[in-house]
Amino acid sequence: MLDMKNDKSTRRTVLATTSLGVAGMAFPSEGNPASAANSAFVPTSATPLPGIMVVLKVNGTEHRLTLDPRVTLLDAMREHLHLTGSKKGCDHGQCGACTMIVEGRRLISCLTLAVMHDGEAITTIEGLGEPGRLHPMQAEFLRHDGFQCGYCTPGQICSAVAMLNEIEQGIPSHVTEDMEHVAFSDTEVRERMSGNLCRCAAYPNIIAAIRAVHEGAKA
Amino acid sequence: MDFNEAAGTNPIDQTRVVGHAHDRVDGPLKVSGRATYAYEFHNEAPDAAYGYMLGAGIGKGRIEALDTAAAEAAPGVLLVLTHRNAPEQGKKGKGSARAQMASAEVRNFDDPVAFVVAESFEQAREAAHMIRVRYVTEPGRFDLVAERGNAKKPEPKGSTLADTAVGDFEAGFAAAPVQLDVTYTTPDQSHAMIEPHATLAIWHCDRLTVYTSNQMPNWAQHGLASILQMEPTDVRVISRYIGGGFGSKLFVYGDIIITAMAARKLQRPVKMALTRPQIFNHTSHRPATIQRLRIGATPDGAITAIGHEVWCGNQEGGTFETAANQTRLLYAGKHRMTSHRLAVLDLPVGNAMRAPGEAVGLMALECAVDELAERLRMDPIELRVMNDTQFDPETGPERPFSSRKFVECLRTGADRFGWAKRNPKPGQMRDGHWLIGIGVAGAIRENLTMKSAARVTLDPQGQVIVESSMTDIGTGTYTVHAQIAAEMMGVPMERVIVHMGDTDMPEAAGSGGSWGANSSGSGVYAACDKLRRVLAQKAGFNADDVVFAGGKLSQGNRSVTLESLADPQGLSVEAEIDFGDLTKRYAQASFGAHFCEVGVDLATAEVRVRRLMSVAAAGRILNPKTARSQCIGGMTMGIGAALMEQCVVDTRHGYFVNHDLAEYHVPVHADIPDMDVIFLEELDDKSSPLKAKGIGELGICGVGAAVANAVYNACGVRIRDYPLTLDKILPHLPPMV
Repeated sequence: MLDMKNDKSTRRTVLATTSLGVAGMAFPSEGNPASAANSAFVPTSATPLPGIMVVLKVNGTEHRLTLDPRVTLLDAMREHLHLTGSKKGCDHGQCGACTMIVEGRRLISCLTLAVMHDGEAITTIEGLGEPGRLHPMQAEFLRHDGFQCGYCTPGQICSAVAMLNEIEQGIPSHVTEDMEHVAFSDTEVRERMSGNLCRCAAYPNIIAAIRAVHEGAKA
Repeated sequence: MDFNEAAGTNPIDQTRVVGHAHDRVDGPLKVSGRATYAYEFHNEAPDAAYGYMLGAGIGKGRIEALDTAAAEAAPGVLLVLTHRNAPEQGKKGKGSARAQMASAEVRNFDDPVAFVVAESFEQAREAAHMIRVRYVTEPGRFDLVAERGNAKKPEPKGSTLADTAVGDFEAGFAAAPVQLDVTYTTPDQSHAMIEPHATLAIWHCDRLTVYTSNQMPNWAQHGLASILQMEPTDVRVISRYIGGGFGSKLFVYGDIIITAMAARKLQRPVKMALTRPQIFNHTSHRPATIQRLRIGATPDGAITAIGHEVWCGNQEGGTFETAANQTRLLYAGKHRMTSHRLAVLDLPVGNAMRAPGEAVGLMALECAVDELAERLRMDPIELRVMNDTQFDPETGPERPFSSRKFVECLRTGADRFGWAKRNPKPGQMRDGHWLIGIGVAGAIRENLTMKSAARVTLDPQGQVIVESSMTDIGTGTYTVHAQIAAEMMGVPMERVIVHMGDTDMPEAAGSGGSWGANSSGSGVYAACDKLRRVLAQKAGFNADDVVFAGGKLSQGNRSVTLESLADPQGLSVEAEIDFGDLTKRYAQASFGAHFCEVGVDLATAEVRVRRLMSVAAAGRILNPKTARSQCIGGMTMGIGAALMEQCVVDTRHGYFVNHDLAEYHVPVHADIPDMDVIFLEELDDKSSPLKAKGIGELGICGVGAAVANAVYNACGVRIRDYPLTLDKILPHLPPMV
């Protein structure tokens, strides 16, 4: 109960509890003692959540992890595997800085839980290339100055790599005029990359870098 | 090294390395995800515990009761810090540092109420949300329009006075044959850098090290020391990479102070990052303004009177938005006045955001000039050219500009952009369902310099190591320091290693106000100059005409390699550049002009920027590649300010409602076309030995007005209330044909 020394309930008094950060989270079983701790606003349990075993194939290496089921895929990388290249900009799917390539498709890794990706192949920015052996997209970002502070950059690069595949596979976008013939254009790229915010606003340089990779792949 | 007189010819003028486009030296680390930001130092603190801040859910009032029992008992929880158990703190310190959770008082929404530290992030977050808080709310002042009448004349902000007056503005304006009197408003804006404010705090006995994301590590060091009541020498601040700042990270917030307090209490490293929503209300923002512009002119366009009045708000003791400042310098005119009035508001603290003052001041001034041009039936470029001044119009010819190519910027841009094709009558150009318009605006940004030190070491392998507490917030400073050292020492850039962002290194200018590269680069210049003298003496040369090139010092036909002169432990020198009174003797600013083409959808009033070009004259451009990137970054932020950016104030409960990146709109890829940046050749020998001036903020200055003027030219709708969202334009659009 609240320890209220001056507990005068007046109209000016507001009782506020903050909303539960993990509201809406699915727990593995109803019998889990932890679920009581997360039902509405009367958390009482002092029992830690049992860890869940998960195997993640990250950049070609298999990692066995026992994780709190609430750990996002992003935090599994950053805090558990110490692969900090993927960035946390908003932690709720609004900025794109955490974009990774999961089973060949780009994914906002802050919006998905690590335990949902058991056995899946994940490529992060570290897996694309490293200094001295950069992936073509990394090299073109460098050459075209497609970044400034560098914080959105891993997400932009992972997103761009997977995005080119989407065009290649004929997946249309909001701005595609001819659904039968999906083709590379600056307009297509701008639309498809709009989930990756860059506040330094290297946007024109990012488009130039992606265009260079596209043209290099064609050549 | 004192910089008191105009720079003569110096080794930077060789421009073998400086002045050329270079890829970022830190680029390979950044594109491969290997640059380490504040929250990412696992090796330095493998046992760091996780902190999570609970912010206040009211705008103003106090905490009446706090129940932390459940949180304290929750799994993994190590500490719940609140005002009840927070250590005693100093009240305030440098970098706008202020005590955190020092009392039950709630100063603004998301002022910290509690800080939970646990073994994992998930545990800390869960426990933080178990805390029950009972508040007593107090009535707050949250509405600038309502408080405008209570605004007072504030204390000067640095060198910026609240009021200035020359001649007799009121009489001059009253007597002017042509008068313009318009009021513009700009909203609160958020920096919205992508990296959240984050800190890792580690104590070694009584010495504190914080890895944080801060543009001004030395301010943070001193601010933190004041709050924690320590000696600054016992605080080390490290900010090697900063994921954007734009002014927000000039200052010290809860993440730094609370994390340090918690780590001390636990005797264990603690790290935390603000959540994205917390950033909007817990940290600073650019304050909203109300701006009245009065300009009097002769029928042929000579400005005779110009007055710019600004109203804004801030918390008690906060500073004002210097939005009228540029109006003192940009145009001629005999009778002039500026004034700033500051109301007390209980919203979160407002502070500097990219080009504080000019960014919003020019959004009003440069639209007013466009309005005046129309009233005079003059071309807006010709009106600006006619009122150009080559000296400070307040003081007269005895204070000339150090360099000013404003007219050249306008002329060059007009030529390159195709200004001649613009129809001055609005609403005349169509492209399908788009109404097309073209607009122009001038740009000015005050040139600031700050004293700055650096250490340069020549190692026995002939490598040059440059160290300072300077930061690179994406501005390219690592690269510029490498260029300057390479130029000065006559080695290729690959032979230069740059370290920065650490208060254990010589104190540098830090990143803010566009002073960064010019000031800290001059510090590197001073240190290299000293090293050159030491090396020349060691080699037995006369210092004045030694040539440093190809990794050697040469004089006549004798030459010595650099590495042969280094001691086994390296040869180190330290020096500082100190700027004298040249900014008093000369008006100093960077200048530019922006040209914009927009389309306004005839049916929806949606505005799309189709083309944007900026011409800039900012002294020597040290690295055209990174400078161009800074300009397009500023231009994009200017588009955001014109069309979408606004912190929406809940004037009942006192907070910014749209506190995340889905609701606070910043430009995305789809909003931004390819853009052009043109740098004019210019050297400013009164600015620094590098002959450079600030460039990082010039890009945003005036862009909003260029967009707004283009919107007016497209559809004949003049909106004086930013941002120009379609709901404001739509009711005034001409009927669809």
